Amino acid sequence: MSTTRIESEVNARVLRVEVTVGDNVTVDDVLMVLESMKMEIPVQSSVAGRVSAVHAAAGDTVEEGQLLIELSQS
Amino acid sequence: MIGKVLVANRGEIAVRIVRACRRCNVKSVAVYTEPDQGAPHVSLADEAYPLEAASPAQGYLNQTALLAIARASGCDAVHPGYGFLAENAQFASAVEHAGMVWIGPTPQSIDIMGNKQRARELAASLGVPVVPGRTLTACEDVTLVQAATSLGLPVLVKASGGGGGIGMRVVEREDDLLAAIRATRDLASKYFGDAAVYLERFVPSARHIEVQVFGYGDGKAIHLYERDCSIQRRYQKVIEEAPAVDVPQQTLQAMRSAALTLACDQEYRGAGTVEFLYDTETGSFYFLEMNTRIQVEHPVTEMITGLDLVAMQIELAAGKLAAVPQASIKAAGHAIECRVYAERPAKRFLPSTGRLEVFVPPPESADLRVETGYSQNMQVTHFYDPLLAKVIAWGQSRQAAAARMHRALGAFQIRGVETNLGMLRAIVSHEAVLSSAPTTQFLSQHPQVLTA
Repeated sequence: MSTTRIESEVNARVLRVEVTVGDNVTVDDVLMVLESMKMEIPVQSSVAGRVSAVHAAAGDTVEEGQLLIELSQS
Repeated sequence: MIGKVLVANRGEIAVRIVRACRRCNVKSVAVYTEPDQGAPHVSLADEAYPLEAASPAQGYLNQTALLAIARASGCDAVHPGYGFLAENAQFASAVEHAGMVWIGPTPQSIDIMGNKQRARELAASLGVPVVPGRTLTACEDVTLVQAATSLGLPVLVKASGGGGGIGMRVVEREDDLLAAIRATRDLASKYFGDAAVYLERFVPSARHIEVQVFGYGDGKAIHLYERDCSIQRRYQKVIEEAPAVDVPQQTLQAMRSAALTLACDQEYRGAGTVEFLYDTETGSFYFLEMNTRIQVEHPVTEMITGLDLVAMQIELAAGKLAAVPQASIKAAGHAIECRVYAERPAKRFLPSTGRLEVFVPPPESADLRVETGYSQNMQVTHFYDPLLAKVIAWGQSRQAAAARMHRALGAFQIRGVETNLGMLRAIVSHEAVLSSAPTTQFLSQHPQVLTA
């Protein structure tokens, strides 16, 4: 088991969270959609795995480098 | 008569409107959200008031707060700029019902042109060519595929209720149609709450050419020539110029006449832009949409005509504008505008936020304008669009304007956020741009320019 941390690449507001804990995801799946400077920025999965933690909710303000989601890979 | 204008906007366009008010001997009232407290539009205006809002992103959209400030400060007119509430017919009506002048077209014009389908139908009914296309709400896959093949491939598939290029895709092969339509339909219902899909014949080699019009509100209108905004990244304009080069004179005349037909038919009031797609292979042009506001790229038109479009808007609203005879409007030389954005070209053009540690625009002159709503030490936040400044250069020739632009961009000093300055410099000095008029595909065909 290893854990992959998905961090925000920008200062933004969380528009939508597309996954919940326990979901299985594959590479490039959209986990979350952020809004920054009037642009929608999809946060995509870099690995295949299971969502083990979601650290931000719709409406939250997040900073660059902030942990958004943790994925566990078997 | 108008004595005081509420400037219902921020950034460079708010500064532009405040300056035009001063030129017209009209007082200006600025509004601001918390991150914009120290912004130039606030310090330059005669008065400024904070906007209450749940978040800074909502501030300039708060109609109730804007109207309350306008009333309390004794404004008799509202200028919406572009974006935010500029094309909100309901807000325009609310301003008029409050007894103030809306510096823009009538709510009816905003309404008709804001609905892309109705705008297309109106244009077609007036004999203005439109791109062959149709909206499909039917969920029968077979119907959709038949409709697409009847338009002819390649075809552009997009969400009917969408905008900004979201969910747009080009389909070249019949085998790929169904998958593309399904994907767009899913995206459309998810993002826009409307599963309708719009199919349009795709023009592979196209230029985006738009005509600047100005209506007097009485069925008369003039045109101020055209702008070429073909250099785009993901359907967003990056560079605009005026006039449009390498288009046959009779085609330009036909575009201007089509634009005026649309403006006159609705007794259009004030500044407006009629956008066309120009097919470089067939020489045909098609109506895309009409923007019922002052546009970001209006300065290139001002540079070649010597007219002040924002002052004209204010004077028209004040009932003081003397009609400008069409024959007196001459286009001289060439003007180019570059949009300087806070973005990270090397990282998929993600937004770049931060404090402007250094922000020194190139010096302005008669041939070089810089429009900005930022100053050194201001924060560039994620709440607003990434436009830091517009640089507009004029020259006797297109090459001379491009060379002046190249120097100006090189002199622009920005530290604290990343920008697209390098990309802009690469574009305005690119052989393919200088030697002929680029198409909308320029940046996708020259990807090395993107990260220059």
